[in-house]
Amino acid sequence: MTDYILGHINYWIIVLLMMIGLYTMMSMPNLVKKMAGMSVFQTGVILLYISLGKVEGGTAPIIDDGYVLYANPLPQVLMLTAIVVGVATTALGFALIVRIKEAYGTLEEDEIAAMDDSE
Amino acid sequence: MISLVIDIVLLLFLVVMAFAILRMHHLLAVAMLFGLYSLLVAGVFTVLDAPDVAFTEAAVGTGISTVLMLATLAATRSTHERRRKGVAWMPLCICIATGALLIYGIHNMPNLGDPTAPQHTEVAKRFIESGQAETGVPNLVTAVLASYRGFDTLGEVTVVFTAGIGVMLLLVRREKPRIRGEQHDAK
Amino acid sequence: MTQNSILRTIAKFLLPIILLYAFYVQFHGDYSPGGGFQAGVIFSSAFLLYALVFGLDAAAKVMPDWVLSTVACLGVLLYAGTGIAGMVFGGEFLNYSTLASEPVAGQHLGIILIELGVGLTVASVMLIIFFTFARRIRTQ
Repeated sequence: MTDYILGHINYWIIVLLMMIGLYTMMSMPNLVKKMAGMSVFQTGVILLYISLGKVEGGTAPIIDDGYVLYANPLPQVLMLTAIVVGVATTALGFALIVRIKEAYGTLEEDEIAAMDDSE
Repeated sequence: MISLVIDIVLLLFLVVMAFAILRMHHLLAVAMLFGLYSLLVAGVFTVLDAPDVAFTEAAVGTGISTVLMLATLAATRSTHERRRKGVAWMPLCICIATGALLIYGIHNMPNLGDPTAPQHTEVAKRFIESGQAETGVPNLVTAVLASYRGFDTLGEVTVVFTAGIGVMLLLVRREKPRIRGEQHDAK
Repeated sequence: MTQNSILRTIAKFLLPIILLYAFYVQFHGDYSPGGGFQAGVIFSSAFLLYALVFGLDAAAKVMPDWVLSTVACLGVLLYAGTGIAGMVFGGEFLNYSTLASEPVAGQHLGIILIELGVGLTVASVMLIIFFTFARRIRTQ
């Protein structure tokens, strides 16, 4: 039982983290806050993948004569590119936010929806 | 064991940070907290034996995305979000349901760091055993990124490039700004 | 632009170190943690610091827009071009084994080339994004 808890508590906290991000994204009407929530959710997913690659007693996946156990390089590769692609797409989202503010004069989602309905 | 303790403590700090981001109404403070949050995430990556990912996150999260968030706040001249009272029940229910499903899915996963877990015994084993001999590169992350999964990385680089073009298309001003309402008849 | 002399002095002192570290991460990425993605973001964060401390005009003088957009395109082209070079020498797309006389040497050469392509594109796209946002603040 202790073994099970110690082996899974890492994943449980990461799920909690993801859900806080998802809740921020869904419940907050402010668009900048939504982007922050999305980034929290994204880091949660990245953390989950990276912890899947961890090997107990292993080291970073750089081959050296002194070591035999290495962490799994595959999730690290996927997440490395995901972080950089993530910031590029986040920047695109921020650019859209800047344009929305210019067009509508507000960043609150419900006010924007109300303006669209009244047209 | 000690690395698990550090990992758990850092993750708990992250939960506190994420909760503070959720509760904070001052958007500048949200941006600063987000920078700190990314730095902590980089720390977790280091504990999880992923130095490559760690300093990408440190440079991207703490440096570039925090500056971008601050730039967005400056360009939109917003400092505070409008306060909302109460809890949004519908999103909360969806989050609890999704979280419960995820935890149910995690139940059958092998323990953290189990060397006999399926993800370590198939393709990763081959990368570790013959990666250096086949590519001449000791850093397996670089070898997999550039050689074994080169096509994937080509796609990722193209996405970064396209995002750059998208930001330029949206924000580079080439003429006088039009007011809302005139946009439709201008073209 | 800030007049704070402490910030200006420290920034001048730090800039070459950050840039040198970015190049180290780029070209030593085969043997130690690093590679094109990491080097690109570190390189661009050095210019970000420069622009924050010395102003946008000074930064744009060092890195004009046309250089950035050309380099961003060059990076992707270098990546895809390395793949096509593999085809020209008789292999598959993005198979670097045919680039040199030995397959392993060819792989190593190909990895260095495409990491360079990644680094160029990532660094210049990050700077393009930052400059575009920063100019938006000023024109309002």
